[in-house]
Amino acid sequence: MKLTLVTGLTGLLLLGTIVELLRRRQLREKYGMLWLAVLVVVIPLSLFPRLLDNVAGLLGVASGVSLVLFLGIIFLLLVCVHLSWEVSALEEETRTLAEDFALLRAQIDADRAARDELVSHDG
Amino acid sequence: MVNGKRTLIIIPALNESGSIADVVGEVRGELPGVDVLVVDDGSTDRTAAVAVAAGARVAKLPYNLGVGGAMRLGYRYARDNDYDVAIQIDADGQHDPRYVPKLVDLLDDNDLVIGARFAGEGDYNVRGPRRWAMVMLSAVLSRVAKTKLTDTTSGFRAANRRVIEMFAGWYPAEYLGDTVETLVHTARRGYRIKQVPVAMRKRMAGTPSHSPARAMIYLGRAFAVLTLALIRR
Repeated sequence: MKLTLVTGLTGLLLLGTIVELLRRRQLREKYGMLWLAVLVVVIPLSLFPRLLDNVAGLLGVASGVSLVLFLGIIFLLLVCVHLSWEVSALEEETRTLAEDFALLRAQIDADRAARDELVSHDG
Repeated sequence: MVNGKRTLIIIPALNESGSIADVVGEVRGELPGVDVLVVDDGSTDRTAAVAVAAGARVAKLPYNLGVGGAMRLGYRYARDNDYDVAIQIDADGQHDPRYVPKLVDLLDDNDLVIGARFAGEGDYNVRGPRRWAMVMLSAVLSRVAKTKLTDTTSGFRAANRRVIEMFAGWYPAEYLGDTVETLVHTARRGYRIKQVPVAMRKRMAGTPSHSPARAMIYLGRAFAVLTLALIRR
């Protein structure tokens, strides 16, 4: 009973955190929705840890809790891979921006130098 | 102009305020009529100002992107400003600009020309894992490019319009990507690659680290980069 209390409260706490982050617009919707979907699965499991025992038995896993642990690790691994992918894409974007910025600055410098030369000739 | 072609010399530089003025000055002295673009790769010293004073155009990146990032910027500049030839030279003065006309000459029949050490001219020796890495890289890349390549990590290269166009849109910013991966990519797309023996300056010889551990790491990374380049599209 004690365990159910601990896991259940943890699940609800996580849910509250995600909702609050979404409410404050700190989290992009696509990520917020992902975590909410996860919590929809996790909270019933935290309240009734034996829920998956039958499915676990079918897959040859001794207990439902082990199955949840296994699936949880796989899921977190996939999330990490996805984030690495996102960071790579972001780096490519910022790289392009940095290049554009440098090209523009070079162009401005060149224009300014040309104008200064014109002015000094006129003067 | 070199041999009637509008030529841009691209010099990627990171904190090279000590040598950049000499390099720019020498290039401009040896090759009158070429434009020099120094790409300041997020230097924290006065590299950009020194290069401007020496008569180069400068494109200053807001932060460090690595040689590959600086080079793509250089090729974009070359494409946008309609150059026939873009030549990459290191900022530390190891490349002798007097070889540039030779490289440009060979662009008549090739798309990318590489100034290579170990190809007969100059004396430059390496041993141990670093040597194995170079042997492995040149063996594999020679096969891929269907031409003899002995110095695949050379940063002394000349590109014609077709290759400028390609590099302006695609140039990896990763470790060894600027040399090894670009060679694989270029060769795979059917561009003709050719190397020319050049002598590197003495002051650069012996710079490769002598620590065996470092050399082993270099070998491992070179192998990883090469494998990735070969399986990538």
